[in-house]
Amino acid sequence: MRSGAQSRAVNPLSAFLVFLSFWAGSAFASPATGAIGPDAARHLLNRTGFDAPPAQVDAIAGLSRRDAVEKILAGTLKAARTPSPAWSDEPFSPRQLRALSDADRALYVRKQLERGGEQRGWWITEMLTTPSPLTERMTLFWHNHFTSSLQKVRSSALIYRQNALLRQHALGNFATLLKAASKDPAMLVYLDSAVNRRGQPNENFAREVMELFTLGEGHYAEQDIREAARAFTGWTLDADTGEFAWRPAMHDGGMKTVLGRSGEFRGEEVLDILLARPETASFVVNKLWKEFVSPDPEPAEAKRIAAAFRDSGYDIKVALRALLVSDAFYAAKNRGTLVKSPVDLVIGTMRQFNVGYSDPLPLTLTLRALGQDLFSPPNVKGWPGGEAWINSTTLLARRQFLERLFRVDEARMQAPMAEMQMRPNQQGNAGPNRERLMRAALDIRFSGGEWLRQFEGEPKSVALPDRLQQVLLPVAPASANLVDAQGVELIRRLTADPVYQLK
Amino acid sequence: MTKPRAPGIQASSAPVDRRRFLSIGVAGLAVACLPKISRAQAAEGYRRLLILVELKGGNDALNMVVPYADPEYYSLRPRLAIRRDDAIQLDERSGLNPVLSPLVPLWQAKDLAVVQGVGYPQPNLSHFRSIEIWETASKADEFLTEGWLARAFVAKPAPAGFAADGVVVGSSELGPLHGQGTRTIALNETEQFLRQAKLAGGAAKRGNAALNHILKVQDDIAQAASHLNSNVAFRTEFPKNAFGNAVRTAAQIAANPAGVCAIRLTLNGFDTHRNQPAVHQRLLQELGEGIAALKSALVEVDRWNSTLVMTYAEFGRRPQENNSNGTDHGTAAAHFVAGGLVRGGLYGQAPRLDRLESGNLPYAVDFRSLYATALERWWGSPSQGPLRGRYPTLDLLKV
Repeated sequence: MRSGAQSRAVNPLSAFLVFLSFWAGSAFASPATGAIGPDAARHLLNRTGFDAPPAQVDAIAGLSRRDAVEKILAGTLKAARTPSPAWSDEPFSPRQLRALSDADRALYVRKQLERGGEQRGWWITEMLTTPSPLTERMTLFWHNHFTSSLQKVRSSALIYRQNALLRQHALGNFATLLKAASKDPAMLVYLDSAVNRRGQPNENFAREVMELFTLGEGHYAEQDIREAARAFTGWTLDADTGEFAWRPAMHDGGMKTVLGRSGEFRGEEVLDILLARPETASFVVNKLWKEFVSPDPEPAEAKRIAAAFRDSGYDIKVALRALLVSDAFYAAKNRGTLVKSPVDLVIGTMRQFNVGYSDPLPLTLTLRALGQDLFSPPNVKGWPGGEAWINSTTLLARRQFLERLFRVDEARMQAPMAEMQMRPNQQGNAGPNRERLMRAALDIRFSGGEWLRQFEGEPKSVALPDRLQQVLLPVAPASANLVDAQGVELIRRLTADPVYQLK
Repeated sequence: MTKPRAPGIQASSAPVDRRRFLSIGVAGLAVACLPKISRAQAAEGYRRLLILVELKGGNDALNMVVPYADPEYYSLRPRLAIRRDDAIQLDERSGLNPVLSPLVPLWQAKDLAVVQGVGYPQPNLSHFRSIEIWETASKADEFLTEGWLARAFVAKPAPAGFAADGVVVGSSELGPLHGQGTRTIALNETEQFLRQAKLAGGAAKRGNAALNHILKVQDDIAQAASHLNSNVAFRTEFPKNAFGNAVRTAAQIAANPAGVCAIRLTLNGFDTHRNQPAVHQRLLQELGEGIAALKSALVEVDRWNSTLVMTYAEFGRRPQENNSNGTDHGTAAAHFVAGGLVRGGLYGQAPRLDRLESGNLPYAVDFRSLYATALERWWGSPSQGPLRGRYPTLDLLKV
């Protein structure tokens, strides 16, 4: 196993601190080698997955940080288990699409809209059922990094295949992922590489690959973008198959200078130049920090982890492992500092409470109402996340989702839930979907009594309200008053607390 | 043209003060005036409402305010141009798209100002960067995170008794109202908001930044919900579409005595790269009917004279039509300013299609001049701080 905590320059003070921590470790169980305990285990599971079922907490609570993290990383899958939609390997022919009559194009658009719904349901199902939630979390992370949207790409099949690509490399190698994602057909359409050609450069991809995929703002000049755009000419989509195609005749073979290096570059070489820059590792690690650890990366720690990530040749697990064993990850001050995304809230709640459902469609609309319409990020920057998830509309929609779910024990979701979800962006969801949606919404059910039974056999040293608080909230509640509450009412009050929106 | 045609308006029935038009247009906005904040203005302050209407996606303003007398327009747009005979003539060269006929009564009542050539230097043609520039009032090479209205409310806070500083209707992006110190509510309908608001939660212990943000949103909801009501029964019939609903919500909020300073509405779908005519005509029709309904409703509750409506968008569209029967991202564009205290007429500079820069229109009015006008002349607020610079105001208000 590769150490994520290689120290580089060691100064006397940090050497003393390291000594101190070893000394403390031998006396009190060191954070790095001693058992992490149930509290840290829950934190680790919630941040790397969607929930922390007691059985999984027990399975890692006795392990050291390193072993617990290793156990989670070792179990990650590279492909989804939910059967893919029937159309997922359908070829995409830009030529045929261009030739469609207006009437046929309208039919095509309608078909894509329906597939979009099916596709979102497919991913939600995978997230709800996967034994490898970290894979889904990282796939979503990369979906928000190498963004593409159904609205622009207009082919569910291409977006589906992009999602499979992101999942395959989700915990693999970032350099490989960058190169594959750059040539991915959905990306070629989304960032206009398909129309970038010699003499008529389109700078869209060249700009975003620097600003959003690798270096980050401020680490390149406009001239670098113009030159890089020329290097990426010749990349396009095959007009009949929709696969990546290299067209030498469309490529600008002239000299280019990108970030101080000159040559008759092609696109692949520009990507290598970007990967050679230290800013790239730093940019990705800071983003991972904000995803997994806290909103404010600690510069020295982040720099150390970025160096290890770069030295490893961009092994994503190296970066993730280093973050997940870091003191910052377990620090009390960083607990409950991340706002749950709509996916965290909805998938996490459904999984945590074993909520039954027959059809994921209502959940796709809940996610949209909460501001995270899968496969449709708002723009190439992706969802801004963090505090931006919460405004008065989305906070009330979150509360309403929870309130209806737990309103009555053994209850099915109420019809008004579906009603509410029909409102925003109702274009494209009306008609036959409406009845299906109502039926499906009524079929979402939570059995409080059954769920609470898991705590019955436990030793009574911890009272149920405190026990549920441990399980459901990352830190102490901000307002929930648990006095006089029993059973499902406890669940209602805890999930209504503002702290339930945090992780 | 499938939409009903509005009768053309003769210059005599809707006279344009040509002298003033020229003085603004030709002198390149030399009419910039220093802030003259009278006591009356200062007292009115935030009791005057500002309603921003975002034309999301980048509106093709050349087909909204049509340069019908310019042969260049017809040669750039062989397929998309609005026919000269169809345009509702505002003066001898500019006309409205005929689907905007609901705005004719506003024009005739001098409640509608048309500001042409609104843009900024070094225009950015990316949707998200350009809307960021507009909403944060930044320079093209400057990156600001807070909205221009949010900064204005920090510089001059709204009365504490107000329901909120601003309300964003029908969008979860707060845009110009995004900012730490601002009390902004996002909602779709007042009734739905008030129904749900009881779920917001009450007093709570403060904690880290994320928790405090949630608690602040909660407090803003509670404050707004305790001050707003949705009891006004308007006689006005609102258009039966999403924008009509948003206009109805805006009117409901405007009718509340406790009030808010600003409302932002969004009409989405203007990114018309292909098959533009049907989509754009529908959008303009919704816009025209929506603003007309807004006036009618606000007149009912006696707020039209204390409301200023302004449109904005990330950019206009390229004068030359593209090969897909649509238009690509452009730069400067015309915008509407409407209200009971507006000095109706044409402002700015008619499109100089003979002076395109890389195929795009040069701007004549900096968008921050519109903001400065709203801040200084409408609210009696300072503009230099919030806008990070001095921008000349436009003389388009009767205040």
